[in-house]
Amino acid sequence: MALQPLKHEMPVQEPKIRARNFQEVALGYTEEVAIAEANRCLNCKNQPCVQGCPVNISIPDFISKVKERDFEGAYNIISQSSSLPAVCGRVCPQETQCESKCTLGIKFQPVGIGRLERFVADYHNKNFSGEPELPQSNGHKVAVIGSGPSGLTCAGDLAKKGYKVTIFEALHLAGGVLVYGIPEFRLPKSIVQKEVDALKKYGVDVQTNVVVGKTITIDELFEDGYEAVFVGSGAGLPRFMGIPGESLKGVYSANEFLTRSNLMKAYKDSSSTPIMHAKRVAVVGGGNVAMDAARTALRLGAESVHIVYRRSMEELPARKEEVEHAEEEGIIFDILRNPVEIIGYHNPDDRRDPKNGFVTGIKVIKCELGEPDEKGRRRPVEIPGSEYVIDVDCVIMSIGTSPNPLIKNTTKGLEVNKHGGIIVEEETGATSKRGVYAGGDAVTGAATVILAMGAGKTAAKAIDEYLSE
Amino acid sequence: MYKIVKKQELNSTVTMMDILAPMVAKKAEPGQFIILRVDDDGERIPLTVAGYDRNAGTVKIIFQIVGATTMLLNTKNEGEYISDFCGPLGCATEVEGLKKVCIVGGGVGCAIALPVAQKLHEMGCEVHSIIGFRNKDLLILEKEFAACSDKFTVMTDDGSYGRKGVVTEPLKEALENGENYDKVITIGPLIMMKFVVATTKPFNVPTTVSMNPIMIDGTGMCGGCRLTVGGKTKFACVDGPDFDGFEVDFDEAMDRSRMYVDFEAKEREATCNLFKKEVK
Repeated sequence: MALQPLKHEMPVQEPKIRARNFQEVALGYTEEVAIAEANRCLNCKNQPCVQGCPVNISIPDFISKVKERDFEGAYNIISQSSSLPAVCGRVCPQETQCESKCTLGIKFQPVGIGRLERFVADYHNKNFSGEPELPQSNGHKVAVIGSGPSGLTCAGDLAKKGYKVTIFEALHLAGGVLVYGIPEFRLPKSIVQKEVDALKKYGVDVQTNVVVGKTITIDELFEDGYEAVFVGSGAGLPRFMGIPGESLKGVYSANEFLTRSNLMKAYKDSSSTPIMHAKRVAVVGGGNVAMDAARTALRLGAESVHIVYRRSMEELPARKEEVEHAEEEGIIFDILRNPVEIIGYHNPDDRRDPKNGFVTGIKVIKCELGEPDEKGRRRPVEIPGSEYVIDVDCVIMSIGTSPNPLIKNTTKGLEVNKHGGIIVEEETGATSKRGVYAGGDAVTGAATVILAMGAGKTAAKAIDEYLSE
Repeated sequence: MYKIVKKQELNSTVTMMDILAPMVAKKAEPGQFIILRVDDDGERIPLTVAGYDRNAGTVKIIFQIVGATTMLLNTKNEGEYISDFCGPLGCATEVEGLKKVCIVGGGVGCAIALPVAQKLHEMGCEVHSIIGFRNKDLLILEKEFAACSDKFTVMTDDGSYGRKGVVTEPLKEALENGENYDKVITIGPLIMMKFVVATTKPFNVPTTVSMNPIMIDGTGMCGGCRLTVGGKTKFACVDGPDFDGFEVDFDEAMDRSRMYVDFEAKEREATCNLFKKEVK
């Protein structure tokens, strides 16, 4: 049989239709398409794809099971390495990870590993109703701070080894960035809930509304009998540019905009949390979060949404599929543009004019790419005199975050770097404080779900070794 | 779920509740705040801690019925539960080393000023309190303030109780008469705090203000509560809620607080209508 050079397409909602609803964009493979895609896998002996996966899923092995139509068998193989397969199949940047190493990718398109992972996880969630086999308790108590991807992974791995794990979550709902950050149309919240429920079945206790560093400190957790602590508290305060006009009404951080829409359900009419339904929106930044914010603004009814990014399309840090989806939906990419000022309405004759202080535009300056910076990315250089104004009534700043100071400020002996990220030993996730491990954005600053999961996994292994000594 | 163990109406628009939340009660200090949700679809609202009982495990909140959420909260009775109660958040008011302080409270802000006054009083600090209300019917916590203040003045805008006028008048007189306060701590409407700061500035008396901007998570994640303080962006939830009054950009804070007035008016109306229907 001739090898098909291209990945099997995954059906998606029509761009015009999906740009006005919050239902999931991608619809997933059918069984037949999944098997056909699995049959593209060459089952290489040296398994290069596995090296590209931060949690080292046995990719060719699970794909072999798909070929045999043993989808539950495939799920069991994935779940040995990943606690959140339905999530990863949707949000991992596969094109720079497993799929970038695929032998097939040298000449053709790589195997759609992410799409197959998603199919297998969805199949399991839909068809499997059994109870997991519970491990025997080993009597050790571990605290996990934060219920995002790193915390859930760490908790899951430890619970499966027999640890009594308690997750402390600051918000009222577990899931971290998976519930407050990533929108419903990219990752349905029912899927996150299923993953959290699955952990609870393994005996993990989730305590919401507990802000470690405020409600309780790490030292007090040790006093309460926890023998090890994993800090997966995530990224922190949003960054702003420091340009004039950032305090005008209509300027959001991406975190605020997405939290209002996702966690607080402001996209539904029934929500009591307000959000601006802007007509013309500018999103500053080029990462996945910027794409999420732009596409959310579109779905809230915007007529035009601009991504303002200071480098070119090549350098966009967002996942390729998200950029493509955004383009299809009509998001305008104003690349090689850097904001210099946000402009607001001001009626000099009427101090009480209700429009006063609301955003009317964003002034940007054109850039060209210069010499590469220390990371090898070409540096944007502003072109003098090229400023112009884009008329918008809402600006969403999506230029990253700086670590949350709450845990650092209340934990003696926990060392952080100059950016405020917790310093860890890379191979174990161990911090400078005995028994305390950390991973995810709290360590690295804003990164991806799968890297956070990898860090949670590394720490779980190290905690197990530490407590088995 | 968090139980309402006590509820008391302080006046027609202000209600006090004791909420059972032992972990929060164990840690709360004057000046800190909590975030609550009334029910599972509700919004998260910040309320500053008005007191706590570490033994009973309760935290006192005092709120004015201003919007849909506070209206809904006010329908809950003793023995009932609210969905979420998270805290204590933000930094406690700095009271260490203070010997003589003037507390200036306005309206429901007095509820937050009271625990600060009480703490200072317990420490042996000389406390002068000035509290102001629109009229006699809105007066709250008079006895409590009287009990922890060495000097105490009640002001009403219309003169229906205490002295007629605004809180800055007696404050200015005290400063002119040479009262050498280590600090003035003021909590109330933004416009009042702005004028308190304008009053103390010529006398160069350090003045702490308590900011209560729009918030969502309250833990340093969303950035919605940002303020400009001393020309820099600060976040009320982790850097505050107390700030140096001389440095706060009040005009900007007042403007930002009006971002959702239209939405809030509609929500309030919708909630009102809902209750009317239930009554029928």
